[in-house]
Amino acid sequence: MSDFIQHLINGIAAGTIYALIALGYTMVYGVLKLINFAHGDVMMVGVYFGYATAYQLGRAARTTLWGVLLIFLAAMAACALLGFIIERFAYRPLRDKPRLTALITAIGISFALSYGFQLDFGPLPGAAPRAFPEVIQPTEWLVLGDPDHPVVVWNWQVISLLIAAALMVTLQYLVFRTRFGRAMRAVSFDHRVAGLMGIPTDRVIALTFMLGSALAAGAGILYAIKDTAVQPLMGLYVGLKAFVAAVVGGIGHVPGAVVGALLLGLIEEFVVGYTASSWREAVAFGVLILVLLFKPEGLFGRVAAEKV
Amino acid sequence: MADSAATAAPARFALPLWARGVAPVAVALVALAVAQWLSARSPFFVYIASVVGVNCILAVSLNIVNGMTGQFSIGHAGFMAVGAYTSGKISQVLADTAISGVPEVASDQTMLLFSLLAGGTAAALFGFLVGLPSLRLRGDYLAIVTLGFGEIIRVIVQNTRALGAALGLSGIPQRSTLFMVWLWVFLTVLVARRIAHSSHGRSLWAIREDEVAAEAMGVDTTAYKVRSFVISSFFAGVAGGLFAHFIPIINPNSFGFVKSMEVVVMVVAGGLGSTTGAIVAAVALTLLPEGLRSGFTALGQGSDELVQKADQIRMPIYGLLLVVLMLARPQGLFGTRELWDVLPRWLPRRRKGVA
Repeated sequence: MSDFIQHLINGIAAGTIYALIALGYTMVYGVLKLINFAHGDVMMVGVYFGYATAYQLGRAARTTLWGVLLIFLAAMAACALLGFIIERFAYRPLRDKPRLTALITAIGISFALSYGFQLDFGPLPGAAPRAFPEVIQPTEWLVLGDPDHPVVVWNWQVISLLIAAALMVTLQYLVFRTRFGRAMRAVSFDHRVAGLMGIPTDRVIALTFMLGSALAAGAGILYAIKDTAVQPLMGLYVGLKAFVAAVVGGIGHVPGAVVGALLLGLIEEFVVGYTASSWREAVAFGVLILVLLFKPEGLFGRVAAEKV
Repeated sequence: MADSAATAAPARFALPLWARGVAPVAVALVALAVAQWLSARSPFFVYIASVVGVNCILAVSLNIVNGMTGQFSIGHAGFMAVGAYTSGKISQVLADTAISGVPEVASDQTMLLFSLLAGGTAAALFGFLVGLPSLRLRGDYLAIVTLGFGEIIRVIVQNTRALGAALGLSGIPQRSTLFMVWLWVFLTVLVARRIAHSSHGRSLWAIREDEVAAEAMGVDTTAYKVRSFVISSFFAGVAGGLFAHFIPIINPNSFGFVKSMEVVVMVVAGGLGSTTGAIVAAVALTLLPEGLRSGFTALGQGSDELVQKADQIRMPIYGLLLVVLMLARPQGLFGTRELWDVLPRWLPRRRKGVA
């Protein structure tokens, strides 16, 4: 029983991080109808920026609240800039071209980023995995059950849950309660008509990209703080999982992405917990195939008829 | 010009109808036999030519899905892995068995052919399983599903002791010959060309141009997409099988995302939908790194590091190449045209409307 609860907690903790990344996928898909393949790799770049900032700060400064905040903000700002550059120079020129061109471009960017970061000359980090500097001292936040077989809730799990929840609430507010959010939803609905109504579509799309990329950076650092090795290919796998989460929830649907991510985190944790950890990478793919077979529009997505 | 030639006087060397189908096969078989005989003393040449051949099969077969049908698969190496491990394992188990009553070479080649067919069939089966759910949906899903599939195959192999796990599968009899590799290149090209000009192929082009319109014209889009995907996977499996029979150890990392991307770059650079374009790009992109490597090695001191750097930088360059191609020349080298469509005027041209 305590095993079960422990898996439940770990699953939710993993799910919150997938949720943050999945939100970026879903937002970009919402406004552009483009699966941003490079999203996971943008996250990876963010993690490296956070890593560099943490080292610049030094051991004492990076464990303070302001230090942690600075690490997050630096990484998020860097990724927002990267997202802007990618959107401006790679996706915008192709917006009216066939969808396949944009998809190939996205794949190319993903490949260039993940393998570019494996090079080890100049400022590039090289392929060797490294541990993220300890910014949060891992402590047991809550210990439940009998002492021989306790259920442990770690403090970083609580912290990432809180940060993730805060970011999600902010996002929900932004999309549904602000002028920018309304513009975003209008562009998502039909970007040509939105443009005719006086909405600066280019600016809205660019901002959405920056927002999604910044979210990815935040999620990436939360993910890296845990125990994952920081390495250039991390974005590929996490990106894939977050995409699956977005599809499970119905791609383009914001709360759906969160639910899908939590579900995926739980499924993954339980499968791995009761079989072997080497199957972790296979779980998300299995879930994706099942969803595509039985409910391709996802849990909350609507079946959209393709219009000509 | 070419069109009027087709309607006007018959060609200079008109073959009887039955011979038109047989002639290329006969010519190819003779040419391959000669090539096999000539190259017998040069193992390095055979190796390079085999790698080029395998890449040609991969590129031409991927072109059926990515080029002709307009779906985007980026997990071709996954199917290659299925074929490589299936046929490699069969050959490894049957390494000491021989067909009695025939010379050793004939027995070996027959066994190789059998294991290649098994590998191709296994890959085709996986292609069906992966393609059916994802091809029912819009194209982007296929990209992610195939990417995931490639990674999953790698994970499964790494966890399977019988397939050598992470260390790789060794002890596969090295039976591959130049003849066999290029015979399959020929077959792949033949099938690709025949598909392109059949009514089946017309449906694929229609799907590529506009899926909704194709559906409205009565094309069963899912069925056609799945079929082309299965055919493409079959040849990827055969390519993997061939690869397994001339590389001493196959390990899961030879079939990773990098390999898939290599093939994608070949197809995109050659021109989505151009079979000869895929071949030209496959030959160029295989020989270029090999040439660079030999060049750096020949240059001498400090070369090891340099060779490694050149190898490393290849991957990000592939990525950037895709982006630049899409921005500057999205149709690739040839577009949907074939080599003979872009040859200079004074060279003999293939008559239109014959194939």
